[in-house]
Amino acid sequence: MLWLRRLGRSGLSFFERLGRAHLFLLAVIAGLPSLLFRGRLLLLQLYAVGVLSLLIILVSGLFVGMVLGLQGYNTLVDFGAEESLGVMVALSLVRELGPVVAAWLFAGRAGSALTAEIGLMKATEQLSGMEMMAVDPIKRVVVPRFVAGAIAMPLLAAIFSAVGVLGGYLVGVGLLGVDDGAFWSQVQNKVGFYDDVVNGIIKSVVFGVVITWIALFEGYDAVPTSEGVSRATTRTVVHASLAVLGLDFVLTALMFD
Amino acid sequence: MFQNKNIEILVGMFVTAGLVALFVLAMKVSNLAAFNDGDGYPLVARFDNIGGLKVRAPVTMAGVRIGRVEAIGFDDETFEAVVTLSISEQYQRLPKDSGASIFTAGLLGEQYVALEAGGDMENLQANDEFMVTQSALVLEELIGQFLFKAAEGGADE
Amino acid sequence: MAAKNKKLDDVLVKVRGLSFSRGSRLIFDGIDLDIRRGKVTAIMGPSGTGKTTLLKLIGGQLRPDQGAIEVDGQNVHQLHRAALFELRKRMGMLFQSGALLTDINVFDNVAFPVREHSKLPEALVRDLVLMKLEAVGLRGARDLMPSELSGGMARRVALARAIVLDPMMVMYDEPFTGQDPISKGVLVELIHKLNTALGLTSVVVSHDVSETAAIADYIYVLSGGKVVGQGTPDELSRSDSAWVRQFMNAEADGPVPFHYPAEGYVDDLMGGGQD
Repeated sequence: MLWLRRLGRSGLSFFERLGRAHLFLLAVIAGLPSLLFRGRLLLLQLYAVGVLSLLIILVSGLFVGMVLGLQGYNTLVDFGAEESLGVMVALSLVRELGPVVAAWLFAGRAGSALTAEIGLMKATEQLSGMEMMAVDPIKRVVVPRFVAGAIAMPLLAAIFSAVGVLGGYLVGVGLLGVDDGAFWSQVQNKVGFYDDVVNGIIKSVVFGVVITWIALFEGYDAVPTSEGVSRATTRTVVHASLAVLGLDFVLTALMFD
Repeated sequence: MFQNKNIEILVGMFVTAGLVALFVLAMKVSNLAAFNDGDGYPLVARFDNIGGLKVRAPVTMAGVRIGRVEAIGFDDETFEAVVTLSISEQYQRLPKDSGASIFTAGLLGEQYVALEAGGDMENLQANDEFMVTQSALVLEELIGQFLFKAAEGGADE
Repeated sequence: MAAKNKKLDDVLVKVRGLSFSRGSRLIFDGIDLDIRRGKVTAIMGPSGTGKTTLLKLIGGQLRPDQGAIEVDGQNVHQLHRAALFELRKRMGMLFQSGALLTDINVFDNVAFPVREHSKLPEALVRDLVLMKLEAVGLRGARDLMPSELSGGMARRVALARAIVLDPMMVMYDEPFTGQDPISKGVLVELIHKLNTALGLTSVVVSHDVSETAAIADYIYVLSGGKVVGQGTPDELSRSDSAWVRQFMNAEADGPVPFHYPAEGYVDDLMGGGQD
């Protein structure tokens, strides 16, 4: 009997949190216009969310591309199709790995930092203090971070993909001797701008919005103690990573028939 | 103030890097530069069998890409596949008796439509149909025919 | 007529029949308070009696279950968000932790409400901020970050921020807790000085008896969700309520039991491990 009651209670609290998260999102969306007068805040957040994530994105992108180049070559060479190496690398990056892996790195690097920052602001009464100064913390603190996340994520994913293709090129053409011209002409023939590149960008925008939303909500909803903030940070990374995977499946099914 | 300036520069560089990456993906990695989908005129070709031809497959002439497959339909009166091709605006002078065939790039590659020029003085206009078409070679049929012939030959001897 | 009455009314904050509970725990059970203009009113009580909660209720951050709170003639919890924010601009609040924004320095912290709520030219903002920092004696610390301040300094900076918009009232949440004697003295002096010099109305929530009694014009003592005593410091020290005496004289046992409610001690010891 006890476990049934516990199940019911955790189910209720799950829906309660889900409801709060959506009300939070509505409040953020309602606060979006206020950002028009506060470009400076957005700039600072783009720095925190975007620039500071750049290094990990560059390094990971390069290595993922290089590994794809190596593995792809070994498989393709058996079929005498090593000219298709570029296609394989570029398609996997632009369609899937770019948006998804960049989103994971983003959740780990920027998402956790956002949750911890907002959670600590809550724990030290900074958010409450703002409210008492008649400043809406959603508009002042949350909205700039939300927009920065939504802008930075597609840029980071594009950088990841571009650097990854470069990595595949370096390994394939530079190291393994795939023909330079064949590499690029195959890539340009097979990778569609609208079907592949634009869809990849759409994915990364969706991921950016969802990760930032989760991160900000977890921070805003955190129990204002050091333990609560650390739990919220962990939840951000776990939930955001899972959300990216789930959404990726749905979006892929919708986009690539 | 100095720090703020630095942040502005770094954010500017970050956004620029992102846009450059997008540009590279668009122009260097994807087919946006190679073939612009926007401006083309339609031609129609009817095939008995299109094999594995897909929408957006290339249309070539003398091995040069001049368009793409716009749509694939089925005519339930003639039981033929109706393939609409989109040919780039710059290639207006295709002879009226040109032929369309479906070939395969390599042994296991993608299928594409190849056009062979005819000798007619008049040119194909938008929405015209090809007179002569040659269907896709379906590998299974070929193997079947080959085996059948081999078996026949063996029986004759 | 109504406007005239309001003018004459020297009660700035009027709390009537206030009840508030958190979960199943009843924090306030129908309390009435009056906070008069231009006076220092102290609200005292042992830890956990919801003194901070009361300030949040007055500031409109929390909503009461029953009862009403009027600030300057307006019922706080019936105001629309915009009107509530207008009202809050006229209320300063000093949080226990200071609640300074940790990513900007002292100057920007004090300037924060001004920049958020006005389009004053930067030169004017600077003068205003330096004046308030001077008032709390920290003009020289304007370039420090909040992490570089001691607890007492952080509270003084927060005080400068709370008064930078020249509010009609300031609420102090446990201003003396965790301060060394010198900082306590400085804060007592500051609260008193600001109240008289700026004509503020002050609400001090505290359990530090001597410091609070030194500056308060009127004291309410809360316990168990009710007002158990009220009056001037003099009246309270002569109170005939055992409870108020225990609190004002800091006695360990009395009406507020030393022991958390438990079953009988002997039964507990003898019955251990049998169930």
